[in-house]
Amino acid sequence: MSGHSTYEPKSGFERWLDERLPILRWSADHMMSFPTPKNLNYWWTFGAILAMCLGVQIVTGIILAMHYVPHESLAFNSVERIMRDVNYGWLIRYLHANGASMFFIAVYIHMFRGLYYGSYKAPREVLWILGCIIFFLMIATAFMGYVLPWGQMSFHGAVVITNLIGSLPIIGKPVTTWLWGGFAVGGATLNRFFSLHYLLPFMIAGVVGLHIWALHVPGNNNPTGVNVKSKEDTVPFHPYYTVKDGFAMSVFLIMFAVFVFYFPNVLGHADNYVPANPLVTPAHIVPEWYLLPFYAILRAVPDKLIGVLLMFGAIAALFILPWLDTSRVRSMRYRPTAKLYFMIFVLACIVLGFCGAHPPDQQVINGFATFQLLDSDLNTWVWLSRIGTLYYFAFFFFILPLLGLTETPLPTPESISEPVLSNSANAPAGAAASPEKRG
Amino acid sequence: MLRKGIALAALGLAFLAAPALANTNALPPKEAHWSDSGPFGKFDQAQLQRGYKVYREVCSACHSMNLMYFRNLGQPGGPFYEEKYKNPNDNPYVKSIAKDYQVDDIDSETGDVVKRAATSADAFPAPFPNEAAARASNGGALPPDLSVIIKAREEGQEYVYSILTGFGAAPPAGLKIEAGKYYNPYFPGGVIGMTPPLAADKVTFDDGTKSTVDQQAKDVVAFLTWASDPKAQERKQFGLGAMIYLLIFSGLLYASYRRIWRNVAH
Repeated sequence: MSGHSTYEPKSGFERWLDERLPILRWSADHMMSFPTPKNLNYWWTFGAILAMCLGVQIVTGIILAMHYVPHESLAFNSVERIMRDVNYGWLIRYLHANGASMFFIAVYIHMFRGLYYGSYKAPREVLWILGCIIFFLMIATAFMGYVLPWGQMSFHGAVVITNLIGSLPIIGKPVTTWLWGGFAVGGATLNRFFSLHYLLPFMIAGVVGLHIWALHVPGNNNPTGVNVKSKEDTVPFHPYYTVKDGFAMSVFLIMFAVFVFYFPNVLGHADNYVPANPLVTPAHIVPEWYLLPFYAILRAVPDKLIGVLLMFGAIAALFILPWLDTSRVRSMRYRPTAKLYFMIFVLACIVLGFCGAHPPDQQVINGFATFQLLDSDLNTWVWLSRIGTLYYFAFFFFILPLLGLTETPLPTPESISEPVLSNSANAPAGAAASPEKRG
Repeated sequence: MLRKGIALAALGLAFLAAPALANTNALPPKEAHWSDSGPFGKFDQAQLQRGYKVYREVCSACHSMNLMYFRNLGQPGGPFYEEKYKNPNDNPYVKSIAKDYQVDDIDSETGDVVKRAATSADAFPAPFPNEAAARASNGGALPPDLSVIIKAREEGQEYVYSILTGFGAAPPAGLKIEAGKYYNPYFPGGVIGMTPPLAADKVTFDDGTKSTVDQQAKDVVAFLTWASDPKAQERKQFGLGAMIYLLIFSGLLYASYRRIWRNVAH
């Protein structure tokens, strides 16, 4: 879709600039007239929502950095000072803290959407991999950001996660020492985490640029997974999708605002309002909610190194997904069996999240006696997380490769316009009532 | 429908974030009503004043509030805020409270350490010079700083209220309470180093409120809640405006969306 251009300079200045730096042409082609499939549903608005989240995090983060002090004996109080004495500091800090959670809610929906509609398949493999890189950078940024307030969970979370890296053979120890800036988590760690926490978002912004570039070469996938065939299948990005994305962003902001103004601390942990104390370990060290599924995978196996490898493997699997799925049909809308396994996959991820929040040896169903299986009772979170972990990896390495070879998909439409037209002819009223369900 | 689902999922995740506290072997905190709870909740200024008096006359003997300054007492939403004195440093009540405390300073002429009366710009003085001194005076236990105590505990308001009113029950058989320690079923482990701090009529309330242990506990929790997040009320008021704005804005965008897409089958 790149290459064609409908931009016409309107004034002498625009003509003059267009011959020297065609930045207005570039903007018009990519942000205004870009041909976009007309059947994108609301799940496709999360790209714009994510861009907004990144913008909010960078703007609020830069302001916070003006007041924050990255020092082990001053960091905690400087954050509280932002909340108490900086004009609207409470707003900026709560936006930033809750913004991280909003960012992850949006990115998980965006990723599940890509998974469901086969947006990783040819010719969009690079687009998908760039997205995985963004996700990995987001995890690193969020983890380091959570360390900065230097509360109990910040400190002990940093100890746990950096020690994981130490369990890797050969490179583990030197990398850990390098991360710590010494021989334990301390002031030097805090200072370099602050530096990296400020750096990574701009790297994310750079990869987002590549992500959009890679998107604009083949153009958007769409809920049918069928390629755009003609001009009839598309609408210009502006005003059609600027207004639709704008509406979705505004609704997302309402949810964001509910957290910021009425439940600003509900997504965090009370222990992080206790200043860091290396001598007192909190009863349960848990990461923020968005990392809990990976934490559950880490703890699912008794061996630390294997746990670490599985945890990183869970993310690595995403990178090679385009070559694991053997089905030629993109959208799971036409793959009923795959759809079922996908739903179970989403459920497994949520269950893993719950597993990560609970101590592994605690009972899942209180008072329900079962039997001992290997090292633990069957009715414990550790066994549930093993089942979840098994399914997580089976989905990528077993179900998706085999299903593509064995299943019989439903017939896919000839073009994007075909199901659209038959759909509106059949049930216009119902379709209007729930536009997000429509193709 | 979709949005609602996402919001519900997010709230579900919020519960995930608070891990089960089941094995801290403490009783769940008592239920109580707080005037500041909910999106339209407000502090009762008279209660904040009573609560400050409880802190000052009882808690502050052992517990510091290092993040609090006397000027905070007179800022909007604070216990002694008055419309007349926009700048809390001009508030005569705040000034007179500060004046009762002596703080360290350096004599600019001689460089000697001297004592002077505190001003509204000074922080609340801490009861002990350092952690070792605090532990030495409290049988080895460290009285935590109370600046953000309500945010620093799960269900902070109910928890602190339950601790303050949770003394007096007989310990279960088998739990040995050493000298200088006390049984409190709401405290993790059940054994606390804090002497039961409150007693009926221990603090005389200037507004004539009956000074029961329950009243003192509720008032001081209200004060500590305010101190833990002094901008909470401003936040909720700001939030109401933001919500109304976003709802109207979303409505306009939805109307625009329907209008722009009206001729496109999709």
